[in-house]
Amino acid sequence: MTTPPKIRLTNVTKSFGPKRVLNGVTLDVAKGESVVIIGGSGTGKSVMLKSILGILRPDGGQIEIDGENCVGLSGRARDAHDKKFGMLFQGGALFDSLPVWQNVSFKLLKSMRMPKKDAKDIALQKLAAVGLSADVAELYPAELSGGMQKRVALARAIAANPEIIFFDEPTTGLDPIMADVINDLIVKCVRELGATAMTITHDMASARKIADRIAMIYQGQIIWQGPRYEIDLTDNPYVDQFIHGRADGPIKMQVLKA
Amino acid sequence: MPQVFVILGSMVKLTNPLALIGRTFLHFLAMAGQFAIFMGKAVGHVFRPPFYFGQIGQQCLTIGYYSLPVIAMTALFAGMVLALQSYTGFSRFNAESAIANVVALSITRELGPVLAGLMVAGRIGASIAAELGTMRVTEQIDALTTLSTNPMKYLVVPRLLAGTLTMPLLVLVADVIGIMGGYVVSTVSFGFNAANYLHQTWDFLEPIDIISGLVKAAVFGFIVTLMGCYCGYHSKGGAAGVGNATTSAVVLSSIVILIANYILTGMFFSK
Ligand SMILES: Nc1ncnc2c1ncn2[C@@H]1O[C@H](COP(=O)(O)OP(=O)(O)OP(=O)(O)O)[C@@H](O)[C@H]1O
Ligand SMILES: [Mg+2]
Repeated sequence: MTTPPKIRLTNVTKSFGPKRVLNGVTLDVAKGESVVIIGGSGTGKSVMLKSILGILRPDGGQIEIDGENCVGLSGRARDAHDKKFGMLFQGGALFDSLPVWQNVSFKLLKSMRMPKKDAKDIALQKLAAVGLSADVAELYPAELSGGMQKRVALARAIAANPEIIFFDEPTTGLDPIMADVINDLIVKCVRELGATAMTITHDMASARKIADRIAMIYQGQIIWQGPRYEIDLTDNPYVDQFIHGRADGPIKMQVLKA
Repeated sequence: MPQVFVILGSMVKLTNPLALIGRTFLHFLAMAGQFAIFMGKAVGHVFRPPFYFGQIGQQCLTIGYYSLPVIAMTALFAGMVLALQSYTGFSRFNAESAIANVVALSITRELGPVLAGLMVAGRIGASIAAELGTMRVTEQIDALTTLSTNPMKYLVVPRLLAGTLTMPLLVLVADVIGIMGGYVVSTVSFGFNAANYLHQTWDFLEPIDIISGLVKAAVFGFIVTLMGCYCGYHSKGGAAGVGNATTSAVVLSSIVILIANYILTGMFFSK
């Protein structure tokens, strides 16, 4: 018997009102694999991650984690499902009523009931890993720059060493050097801690560095997927246009001609 | 000319009073259902672990303790104006001696709990709705679930408990201060005998007067916090959405308080 993939999406659909955002997404992610999702703005990448997390409920299709359905869970099953994940939200979503270190160690403190001192030690360690010093730990999220908030959010996502980590645009808004530090950190999470990762990014340098596999989403479907090195070899015109960032090609931006 | 009719026609469609009433009614039913489900869930979570005692304590402080000054001021002036009104009114038929009873009864049964409830609706209901609403639109509530923390238990239950438990205490304080306000006005301005006044108040009050007020207070505390949580939790669409949530929380909880007050009074005192 083969082990089921860590994450399996089969024909997932999701609409908001008349607007069809996910139009039959099918994707497998193996255990310990790092998959990068690329695709234009507003094509439903964040919606896809939120559907897997159970924050949004898909209209149709199946989502399985470790071979078990995870759509519409509640109670204990939902708790067990939530425990597996760490998520970096695109907007950070830091708790603005708590200082940075309590944000980072939130899961350790509130869910795992770890003693404050140990939790703080781990928080400081994770903050150091994203290049933030100990004096940032006492500040509140509103006192940080956008890039610093993003890094705190990243530290929070990985603090409890989850089995599955989602990064929604981890390097957006960071300088190129810090972006590379973050890339290394993501790679480390996957390689050393054995986590399964899905990362959304528009940053192709980052995608090339952290991905085992890359998948491209367009009009609510995965239109291409393959190992990282194949992305430069493929003759798929959509992928080609996207990774080279050309305005003309099969992907039409909805821009009104002046 | 034909366009005018088309425009008029669509205006009639848009403003058709029956359609408007129907739509509003359906909207109301949908919301009432959603609200009932929310209430059921919230109350269910009150009794199931994990319990966030730190949060509960903190909410008791914000909801209960920090509301004390507002409630005290409200009660003080309510008691004072009651004495003033009763004196000027009752003197027409030489019934000034009933002032102590009127003040005590009105404050403990009605004005204490209702005024406290309305003040808390403005102070606490609004702030809960704004806080949870902001957390909703900035995805902090979603972030809670990804950190294995149930937002119902972490955010809603502590506020509900704090509201329901601290409101009776607040109203107890309001009762004392309100009666004191009436006492001060009666003795200082109208020259009542202080000992007589207190005696009259004390002899006349029945336990049920105070207890009914405290039960009302608990219910109002529950209503205000639940409504604040509900409106904030379901807000959407950025700053404007949070603004709407805040307004709805205050307006709805005030109305529901007044309705509940009538029902509770009926239950306690109609024979
Ligand atoms: N809660 C929601 N209600 C209504 N529509 C939504 C909601 N969330 C997302 N959408 C719509 O779904 C579409 C996809 O959104 P999503 O956030 O997944 O885009 P994305 O691929 O992450 O884009 P970006 O790269 O810009 O972050 C958007 O067009 C958006 O309007
Ligand atoms: Mg997105």
